[in-house]
Amino acid sequence: MSDDIRTLTARVAEEPTSLAFLELAEALRRRGQLDAAGKVARGGLIRYPGLADAHDLMARILSDQADFAGAFDAWADALRLDPMRTGALKGIAFLYFRAGDAAAAIEHLQRAAEVDPDDISIAQALARVRRDSRAMQSAPELVEEEMPAPAPVPAAVEQPTAQAERPAAQPQPVTAGSHPAMDEAGAAFAAIDGGRSVVLVDANGLLLAGSLTTPDGAENGDRVAAELAGVSREASRAGRLLGLGQWHSITLECPDSHFVLVQPTTDTILLAAREPSLPIARVVLVAERAAREARTWLERVQ
Amino acid sequence: MTGVQAALERVTRVAGVRGALIASAGDGLVVAEQLMDGVDGRAAAALAGSLVGRLVRTAAAAGRQTPQFVQLRAERGSILAAPGAADLVLVAVVGPDANVGLARLEMLDAASRLV
Repeated sequence: MSDDIRTLTARVAEEPTSLAFLELAEALRRRGQLDAAGKVARGGLIRYPGLADAHDLMARILSDQADFAGAFDAWADALRLDPMRTGALKGIAFLYFRAGDAAAAIEHLQRAAEVDPDDISIAQALARVRRDSRAMQSAPELVEEEMPAPAPVPAAVEQPTAQAERPAAQPQPVTAGSHPAMDEAGAAFAAIDGGRSVVLVDANGLLLAGSLTTPDGAENGDRVAAELAGVSREASRAGRLLGLGQWHSITLECPDSHFVLVQPTTDTILLAAREPSLPIARVVLVAERAAREARTWLERVQ
Repeated sequence: MTGVQAALERVTRVAGVRGALIASAGDGLVVAEQLMDGVDGRAAAALAGSLVGRLVRTAAAAGRQTPQFVQLRAERGSILAAPGAADLVLVAVVGPDANVGLARLEMLDAASRLV
């Protein structure tokens, strides 16, 4: 059992009524312990049947278990509780895409994009689904091999309607490895809060994944990446020479933005940027989560 | 006590702060310092000055304004930095159990008075 899971298990045991079960179940899911994750999530759902986060989490676990009908129901439940939940919209889009219903997948991704227009992972998924959809129409025999086998989608589940407040950012169910349509460098951060303004850079200052735009909309990821290689070296030097040891994170509070830098691996550096209204401590959590996603992505592509 | 020394005094009174100094960000030279034994002021000034310079350029590359506060968190403590006017930067070296929140507030206030 890893230290993370041991710690989370202890927290859930000490505070069984807390929301720590969400973190524990997600950690178990990421480690592939799906049965254990499902058990923890179901326990939480009994206590919090009205919590959209818990249904969303349950859907991700069921999707990983290839119980797509169950995942669809759980995401539909999450959307009933929180109709503008982009994670659930993306999850359902993924299931429709699996089932070969590109039009429904696009419709759900478009709704997700309307809710969170800054989430680049949604735009990328939308572009990929449209492209694959066009290719399939023009040459279905060429695309068919790349497409997953259609999975049944329960017809009884009604389409939820968007009418609630925008939810807090949350994990996205469709990760880079979930589906070919979503599997691209930009989707390395699909599971990150909002999925925007995160860049992963190698030791030489070259952009590996992600995107960062200036306030006027210009893409500046490459320029920022070039500066970040120097930052990593300076930080390592400062930590070593001042007896502080290896650095963990660097936070920058600018009047118009909050930045957090972390090192997913010794050879990479990751920057997460958010609006200054988000407390810097929460941006640290976003960056740490992004670093976990980056490590997973790097293991897969290397 | 000068205004600069008073600013350093307020920062170093915060629990867990091992020392504070004011450096010239451009050349990393110490302008004033108040440090516990074992903290190398010249190294801290040079390293923090250089790091802050890099971070300022990173923020500029991203099209953002200059950072008001920077924290480098490491295994055994943190370096805090608050750039001020006239190319000066207020730097603190703190232990792992320091009250960083209070140190941050004191540093932001002190840095706004640097001229």
